[in-house]
Amino acid sequence: MTFDLECRNVSKQFGDFQAVNDISLEIPAGSFFSILGPSGCGKTTLLRMLAGFSEPDQGEILIKGKKMAGIPPNKRPVNMVFQHLALFPMMNIGENIAYGLKRNKVPKQERDKKVADVLERIDLPGIENKSVHQLSGGQKQRVAIARCLVLEPDVLLLDEPLGALDLKLREQMKVELKKLQQAFGTTFIYITHDQSEAMVMSDQVAVMNHGRFEQVGSPQSLYYQPNTAFVAGFVGNNNRIEGVVESIVGETAIIRSDAGQQFKTTFPEATLHSGQQVHLYIRPEAIHIRRDQNVTSENHINGRVESILFDGGNSQVLVKDTESSQELTVSLPQTREFNDLTAGEMISLSWDIRQSNVFSANNKSEP
Amino acid sequence: MLKTMKGLLALSVSAAAMISASAQAEELRLLTWAGYAPQEVIDQFEQETGITVKVTKSNNEDMISKLRATRGAGYDLVQPSQDRVTGAQKEYRIYKPMDLSQLNAEQFIPSMLAATKTNTTINGDVYSVPHIWGTSGLIAGVSESKNAYSFNDLCSDDYKGKVSYRLKRPTLIGFAFAMGEDPFAAYTDEKKYAEILGKVEQKLIDCKDNVKAYWSGGDALINLLRSGEVTLAMGWDAGGWKLHKETGNINFVPPESGALGWIDTFALPAKGKNDEAAYKWINFVMQPEIAAKITEAAGNFTASAGAEEFVNDELSNSYKISYNQSSLDNIKWYPPVPAGLEIIEGKTLDRIKAAQ
Amino acid sequence: MNGKKLSFYLLLMPLLLTLALLILLPQLDMLGISLRERVSYGVYEFSLLHYQAFFTEPLYWNTFVRTAVMSILATALTLLISFPVAWYIAKIAQGKNKNLMFLACLIPFWVSELVRTYGWMILLRESGVISGFLQWAGLADAPVEMLYNDITVMTGLVYTSMLFMVVPLVSTLEGMDDSLVEAAYDLGGNHFTVLRTVIVPYAVPGIVSGCIVVFMLTLGNYLTPTLLGGKDSLWFTEQIFTQFITRFNWEQGAAFGVLLLCLSSLIVWLGLKLSKQSFKQAMTSDA
Repeated sequence: MTFDLECRNVSKQFGDFQAVNDISLEIPAGSFFSILGPSGCGKTTLLRMLAGFSEPDQGEILIKGKKMAGIPPNKRPVNMVFQHLALFPMMNIGENIAYGLKRNKVPKQERDKKVADVLERIDLPGIENKSVHQLSGGQKQRVAIARCLVLEPDVLLLDEPLGALDLKLREQMKVELKKLQQAFGTTFIYITHDQSEAMVMSDQVAVMNHGRFEQVGSPQSLYYQPNTAFVAGFVGNNNRIEGVVESIVGETAIIRSDAGQQFKTTFPEATLHSGQQVHLYIRPEAIHIRRDQNVTSENHINGRVESILFDGGNSQVLVKDTESSQELTVSLPQTREFNDLTAGEMISLSWDIRQSNVFSANNKSEP
Repeated sequence: MLKTMKGLLALSVSAAAMISASAQAEELRLLTWAGYAPQEVIDQFEQETGITVKVTKSNNEDMISKLRATRGAGYDLVQPSQDRVTGAQKEYRIYKPMDLSQLNAEQFIPSMLAATKTNTTINGDVYSVPHIWGTSGLIAGVSESKNAYSFNDLCSDDYKGKVSYRLKRPTLIGFAFAMGEDPFAAYTDEKKYAEILGKVEQKLIDCKDNVKAYWSGGDALINLLRSGEVTLAMGWDAGGWKLHKETGNINFVPPESGALGWIDTFALPAKGKNDEAAYKWINFVMQPEIAAKITEAAGNFTASAGAEEFVNDELSNSYKISYNQSSLDNIKWYPPVPAGLEIIEGKTLDRIKAAQ
Repeated sequence: MNGKKLSFYLLLMPLLLTLALLILLPQLDMLGISLRERVSYGVYEFSLLHYQAFFTEPLYWNTFVRTAVMSILATALTLLISFPVAWYIAKIAQGKNKNLMFLACLIPFWVSELVRTYGWMILLRESGVISGFLQWAGLADAPVEMLYNDITVMTGLVYTSMLFMVVPLVSTLEGMDDSLVEAAYDLGGNHFTVLRTVIVPYAVPGIVSGCIVVFMLTLGNYLTPTLLGGKDSLWFTEQIFTQFITRFNWEQGAAFGVLLLCLSSLIVWLGLKLSKQSFKQAMTSDA
């Protein structure tokens, strides 16, 4: 099977700095693929190599099975949506969208028809004669994407195009982008540092750090089964507890935290041995919270509510363990049950042993 | 508000007036040609009289324009050529009559003083006295085989692309003489004069190819001749003599039709503020020893009686090489230019410049 | 009049005085002088004679046309040469290099125009540096005269004007998001079409304001065309100078001055119309 996009051992160096380090990836046709990583991780460099603005030092890039080495951006079957969209301010919307068609010598009549069609498909029919500054942020966004999609590229590259939008609009655009991708069926490669954008829209997400892919997988697998401490920390929120492996019983390890508590956790086979320094990750939303202090669970803490961070559905509670003064962030269920929770109250926390992840502590690439 | 403004304005105007008045008290503002007021002479004058001399270098047209713009203010003494005094005075009233009793008449060569007085008198008032005289002719690399030069040589194929002259009235007049006309006699007959200029124009346009460049300043001409880019030029005697001293073979040559003679004079601007200092300066520089110093600086002789004795031999010699008695007698002295001729000349010069 | 108003007018006063005394008054005086004719010694009367002379005497008209055409050409050449320079300064050069490049454009202005022009004369004259070098290198067997022709005048004019074109271009180009250029390439443009369809249209305000300044400076230049131009060289400002200074014909000179102002304004206006720019836009582009 040929993939829409394939990278084989691609590397890029700027002076002493290894921006992209031996990346390989394969993206099947029609998928929404995100590259997620903090700024400086090399994701923009990788994207620019895909677009053709720079050439890899090593390795090769294939689009629809065709090697791209030496092919300039204007000859590649990929198009790019830029961070600040890069709509041409001196042209109207129609001219902006027709720009690529005109360069490909598409006759005027056909050009006009294609422009009208694509505007229809992005739900902005008949705005050909408006100028760029007359559009709202979201409309510009869609026009920028339409300007690329009208050329029917094999792959569409998106360089954090939502970064400049305000939060509310960003939430809307996430949904719209996904819909557009599904409607056009084009392969999207989306780079972002915002894990929520990546999770919501993507079929596959690659988490990138220090020029390498830490993990590639579906949003669910990244969330539930992070392979590395970096992924565990970067994808979603996490509480981190530092400790030592005390003993291992089958697939369950007992961890003694530095503060002296014992926690049980499952772990991937043969990755741990007793006496090892480890970090234990528990997601705030995986922790049960009860007012009843007499609960018995495999992992259990009694603590005092330090503060309540109210944020509607994303509200959280900061709880301090009474014994060890370890702080944990816990999601606050909005089921009325805890509406009257106040700081200083004593509560109990518990979680399933399968809900925590454990990684060796000498991994330096933690976020 | 308006009152304040008026007050401020009056205050600043009177302040400016006071500053300039106080500065003028011991100052002579002299508008003259390059070389006519050497630093050595200025220093000596200052020492003897305590009057500071402020020199502005200029030329005939510039002097008239400057005085015209201010209606004769800004300077205390100017040095126009004698042929340009009466026309400018009648037209723009930029000079005031001279009080000859303030001058030591015996310091002047009598014939020159008399000629200048005659040429610059309007309604019985004398407007200038002579200072420095000189001639315009040809400057050439002198060769044994050629002993007679004419302004017509400027159009000769022998000098193709190696010729330079000024695009100004002396060139027109020099060519007119060389072509056998007498432009000075036609000064009073505008029609005849225009006809002569027409012929000169045609000739200058026909041989424009000969011209390397029109020169505009004496130094620029000397540069062109010294570098050999130009081998024949119409120019001032002093420049030719200077080059002769340097090179030995380039020299000033009076043309067959006669060199053109000019006299630069002293005149008082209508609104000059220190006439006394002006007269003092004239009397000072007309002393033979001082006049000789000026001759050495400017390269031209003065109207000072007895100054030749003090001029160094070298300069006297170059003068003697260039001139014998007959060529001296043949010098054509510029008579006063009647107003209106300059307009005709100007159009002629424009057309020559524009011709391709 | 209350205090606030008074202070407003007082603050405005220097500007108004400058405009009125230094710009408006002399122009009006010029206009007045240009509209009179000398009848006899010191007597003048109203006349359009000098304006008539401009249109009926082919010499004056030709001189103006030649000056205008040369100025337009010089402006176009300056633009052509300055654009890559400005591009380099705005987009490619970094930090120290950028300042050095700017400095290089500025250095000619550390000496007066006269000295600058004499510099060119020393280089280009028959017995000059370049001619000497060509002979030394065996590329010419006789001295080469490079002065006194229109090409030299053009070189001098472009040299003098560069800075005034580079500065507005740099400030416009610096404001351009690099991704516009990348987007244009990405959408299939090649070097030429990207330049034509994106970069140049974006830079139009800078181009127009640079061109206006350079055109006006060139048209009003006196020293460069007079000193570098040869015996056939005609320049309109030289004609004005001649009328005023050597011909004592202030009336004609003033008429030429007024005509120069009107005709150059007309040319600038036409240029703005053609490039679909407004004067205000062009003049505020580098703000």
